Amino acid sequence: MPTEPAGRPAPLPREGGGGGTPALAAAASPAGRVWGVLLVMPALAMVALFFLYPLGLSAVSAFHGRDGGWTLANVAKAFELYSLDMAFTLAIVLLSSALVALLSVAIGGYLTLGGNRVAVTLLRWLYRWPLFIPFIVAAQMMRSFLAKNGLMNNILIGSGIIEPLQAASLLDWRGIVVTFVWKQTPFVALMVAGAMASLDRSTIEAARDLGAGRLRILAEIVVPQIRPTLVVGLILSFVTMLSVMSVPMMINPNSPTMITVDMAYRINAHGDYGVANALGFVSYLMAGLVGWFYLRHGVRQGGAR
Amino acid sequence: MSGPFPASAARALAWVPRGLALGLLAFVIFGPLTNLGLWAVAEKWYFPHTLPLQYGFSFWERVFAPRSNAMASLATSVTIALLTVAACLAVSVPAGYALARLRLPWRGAILLAFLLPQAFPSVAVYINVARIFYTLGLNGTVAGVVLVHTVHGLVFSVWITAAAFAAVDRSLEEAARDMGAGPLRTFFGITLPLAAPGVMASSIFVFLESLDEFTGTYFVGVPDISTLPLLMFNAGMGGNFQIAAITALILLVPSVGFMLVIERFLKADVLAKVGH
Repeated sequence: MPTEPAGRPAPLPREGGGGGTPALAAAASPAGRVWGVLLVMPALAMVALFFLYPLGLSAVSAFHGRDGGWTLANVAKAFELYSLDMAFTLAIVLLSSALVALLSVAIGGYLTLGGNRVAVTLLRWLYRWPLFIPFIVAAQMMRSFLAKNGLMNNILIGSGIIEPLQAASLLDWRGIVVTFVWKQTPFVALMVAGAMASLDRSTIEAARDLGAGRLRILAEIVVPQIRPTLVVGLILSFVTMLSVMSVPMMINPNSPTMITVDMAYRINAHGDYGVANALGFVSYLMAGLVGWFYLRHGVRQGGAR
Repeated sequence: MSGPFPASAARALAWVPRGLALGLLAFVIFGPLTNLGLWAVAEKWYFPHTLPLQYGFSFWERVFAPRSNAMASLATSVTIALLTVAACLAVSVPAGYALARLRLPWRGAILLAFLLPQAFPSVAVYINVARIFYTLGLNGTVAGVVLVHTVHGLVFSVWITAAAFAAVDRSLEEAARDMGAGPLRTFFGITLPLAAPGVMASSIFVFLESLDEFTGTYFVGVPDISTLPLLMFNAGMGGNFQIAAITALILLVPSVGFMLVIERFLKADVLAKVGH
């Protein structure tokens, strides 16, 4: 708890000027720093013990053989058995991220530039529904909605849009993409719309006065300014989709599938921690790749948030 | 969905593309949800019938029967979620206060550390947590699952709590100190009550995160802990769509309810300080 440090040292100037009482200024003193570290310690220890340590363990186990020595055998075996699934995983996550980007910019753009107040209100009410719906619930919903005899095909047949013979199951890579995009778009759209709403309107109005259309204003004026927020939202989505196990397990557990399913299979069916961790290591590399991309492009843009 | 009485034909025509786009979006969003709702009240539903053949609540009776698996799983889920909130608050209120008010070395890196569990592919980490917990006797225990959920929830509780403390007007704290209140009294009498809505919002985030968490519970909780998501997974995979749909609806109520009230708890001044 923040108690007053003994001896009450001379007040230090705080950021943003302003004197403040000596007691509060003490927060910035060396003693305040010790208190700060002590107060943060328990939370940091939790992350270190139950996240960083197992993370390190998984990276190390990926390169350890059953005899305990260092080896590349796990990685080699992972590539041998699952290189198709690795490519599948990356393709699914990249495609979903691209669709999420497109849709969230479209939604945010209409919320910011849309002329009709009723349509904007309807859209604002509509797009957020999947936001807090858990992935596993979304997966179960889509599993019965997108099936060959699911409600989607039934409605399309019932309304005469397709013939009964044209009904096809989307429970393959398309089902995974649809579920990911359905679930993640509101999250990114919320961030993007928030960033767009806080933009300085004068550049938009100026472009409008010069006769620029709404699409052009969106692409050339609005999106470049909110790019850092968009990139942060997409990277968080990318990694989230990369780590979801329930969606591929419930929608398309057959090969090719995502490597999260393979990891669970290696553990449950074979107790093979080596190859499972090697697959985990590959997923870290994929996440690292987008992190590197962000640092290269995000920071140069002046950094996001 | 056209306007009430459009002043001109042009204005009415403008609603055609808008109506189509909004209608398509509504179909995409509510189609799967409707599907879930239908399965929850379907007694009989098989191909090629568009809609269920017979509606009823006999599956609800099974789910809500005392001592049914679903009720036991709901109790386990809620217990774990409440314990997770308690554990998160215990470590994140001090941490959030320190991050908002005290000067910390490597402040940015500390904030980032709490994001890592959310921003990293987690399956491989859970596998190894399960391995460590097995040697500690924590596998298949409520305590083990709570620890896993807590680490995952820390980013919400620490970041939002820190933002809530940062949004509290310092001059009120200074006034309390000028009137002779000690630091502890100032914290519990002024700072904490003013930050309470933000702390509350962070707790709801953590509660929902824990309630909905699947992967960590799947690896660390087996075989003894069954939460609602695990029950739903098993019911869905086992082809019992009614039980899966009813369980999913139970999970949806808090999630959608929270989405509708989130703005009441998370004020713009707090949101603006999240992650800073």
